Amino acid sequence: MEINESTILLKIQSNLEYTELVENITNNLTALAGCNPDQSYFIEMSLREVVSNAIQHGNKCDLNKYVQIEYRFNKDYFQVQVEDQGSGFDFDHLPDPCNPENLLKSSGRGIFLVRSFMDDFSLDFLPNHGTRVRFMKKMGVSS
Amino acid sequence: MTMLANFRKVEGVHILDLSGRITIGEGTLILREALQKLLRSHEQKVILNLADVTYIDSSGIGELVSAFTNFSNQGGNLKLLNLTKKVHDLLSITKLLTVFEVFTDEAHAIQSFD
Repeated sequence: MEINESTILLKIQSNLEYTELVENITNNLTALAGCNPDQSYFIEMSLREVVSNAIQHGNKCDLNKYVQIEYRFNKDYFQVQVEDQGSGFDFDHLPDPCNPENLLKSSGRGIFLVRSFMDDFSLDFLPNHGTRVRFMKKMGVSS
Repeated sequence: MTMLANFRKVEGVHILDLSGRITIGEGTLILREALQKLLRSHEQKVILNLADVTYIDSSGIGELVSAFTNFSNQGGNLKLLNLTKKVHDLLSITKLLTVFEVFTDEAHAIQSFD
C-alpha cells in the first residue's frame, strides 16, 4: 500500500525543556519526508519558535496545560499545526521587528522569522481553547 | 550540544569565543552571564566570535541585541566576528546588520576600536 500522506500527532506538557525533544522528532520527520537540509532547518527552527511561544506566552508555562503538534506531510509539502491552551494574543497588531523603532527590542522576532521562512502561515484563535498556528513548507522548491 | 563561552583579551579588547547553540533557556543564559561579567567590570571593547555557533533562535538574537544595548548604554561597544551563513542570514532578515558592526577578520575587528 502506498502512503500518500503521513500524519503524526505529538502532545507535550508546557515545559520549555521539551523543545529539544520536539526538535529531535522534527528532524527525524523532515528526514523521513525527504526534506533537503535547508528545508529541514527552516521547518525545525520555525517549529521551535512556535512551540516556545505556545509554552511561554500561550500556556504561561502552566504544566497542567498542553501543546499539541500535528505534522502532516507528503511529496508536495510539509505542514505543521501547533495548538496551545492559552488566551491568545493580538496577532493583527504585532509590532514589526524591522521597524527602526523596534530594532533594539530584545523580543518580538519569532513569528516574523516563521513567516519569513515558510511558504504559508496562518494563526487562528480557538474560542475557549487557545491559539492555533499552522505553517507549511513546499517540497521540491529551492529555499 | 550546549553553549560554551571562553574569554580572552587581545590588545585591550575582550573577545568572547562562543560555540554551540544560542537558544532559549540554557544557551541564552550562558551568554547573558558571560556578558554580565564584562558589563560589571565596565569593559568597553567587546567582540563576540560566533564562528562556532551552529544555531541561534529568536531568543538568542534578542540576547545579542540586549548585550549591544547594555554595552552602548555604558559607553562601550560590542561587535560581532565570524558569522556563519545561517546567523548572517538571520541578522540580515531582521535588519540587525544595520545595527551591529560585523567582521570576518579578527585583527581588523580589533583595530576597529582604535
